[in-house]
Amino acid sequence: MPHDHAHGPTVDPKRLAYYQRMATAVRELLIEKGVLSEEDIETTIKEMEGRGPALGARVIAHAWADPDYKARLLSDGSRGVEELGIPVDGTRLIVVENTEDVHNLVVCTLCSCYPRNILGLPPDWYKEAPYRARAVREPRSVLAEFGTLLPDSTTVRVHDSTADMRYLVLPARPTRTEGWPEEKLATLVSRDSMIGVQPAKNPEG
Amino acid sequence: MTRGVNDIGGIPENQVEQTEHDYALWEQRIDALLVLLTGKTQIMRVDELRRGIESLDIDAYNELSYYERWIASISKILIEKELFTVAELEHRMAQIQVQGESP
Amino acid sequence: MKPTLKPGTSVTVSSRDISGHMRTPTYVRGKTGVIERCCGRFRNPETLAYGGDGLPKQVLYRVRFLQNHLWGDYRGLSTDTVDLEIYQHWLELDS
Repeated sequence: MPHDHAHGPTVDPKRLAYYQRMATAVRELLIEKGVLSEEDIETTIKEMEGRGPALGARVIAHAWADPDYKARLLSDGSRGVEELGIPVDGTRLIVVENTEDVHNLVVCTLCSCYPRNILGLPPDWYKEAPYRARAVREPRSVLAEFGTLLPDSTTVRVHDSTADMRYLVLPARPTRTEGWPEEKLATLVSRDSMIGVQPAKNPEG
Repeated sequence: MTRGVNDIGGIPENQVEQTEHDYALWEQRIDALLVLLTGKTQIMRVDELRRGIESLDIDAYNELSYYERWIASISKILIEKELFTVAELEHRMAQIQVQGESP
Repeated sequence: MKPTLKPGTSVTVSSRDISGHMRTPTYVRGKTGVIERCCGRFRNPETLAYGGDGLPKQVLYRVRFLQNHLWGDYRGLSTDTVDLEIYQHWLELDS
């Protein structure tokens, strides 16, 4: 029997207003007590906005274009990302490669751990119960819901971010992209392909 | 075996709803707050945030949205650490409600 | 100090049933997998969560489990796996 709760978060306006008031109150109290400033919060928001899937796409595109870089990235994900001038701020990143034989999928069943410093904030579905509960138990069924059907011979490897490591999937390079510049390769790399629910996009036409 | 409210790997669940929403300012502010509290100010740990969330009863855990859970936990942890008192928090929240301040 | 476990070593996750904050999901308790790699030493989240300093650091491993060992009704390939990060104090060596 499926877990008995409402689909997604229920929006009770009074309850929402209560927690928004709480957030405002906590922020104001901390500012008044000199713990942090309004500017700190604004700066932090801006920094987070500067992180998003475009950073990850650069990493993936470079790995596709440069086999030596790919090897370095797979052996030390954090170092590999930093090599491109992307600060990881202590993130311990493991990059896992999709091949014909293995398809990788990332989840955090216990909460919502996600490589935020490279991909930005996670999508809602990644943080909610259906994905968290089912990705480890029926990954192929979850993949199918995202439109991803794997060959019968491909092993599925799920990574549950239970502790200090974070994960980025290196999707397989699409065919018919020989000689493409990295900027163009990056356009094929979606956020969902770096979580593992979808492959990279195919070239049009 | 006792299972934490968050320990949901493998339990039966519904289809993934592939909805997304742009993060609202109030959510971004809570996120930034946690980054600052666990980073620059070193006041709390993300492990404490998680423990606070896990201490919610199962109905609250399931009904509250993601950042509602976060602020509930952050408040609890900061009160534990005596950054402010329950009374201070409640008083301020009442003032905000009277003023009708938008988040 | 415990020596680190090598990749390929067979390990079983403790079935201990305790309360408090922990990062070992129920679905792998009592299950057997293999060490995929040692991730290093990290402060213990179980004590960090209650305001402790998390010391001494605990060794963290990635452990790989076959899906059909975890779930009686698993539908997929016999080679499908789940990899999790598990702290050494939750792992028992198979004798």
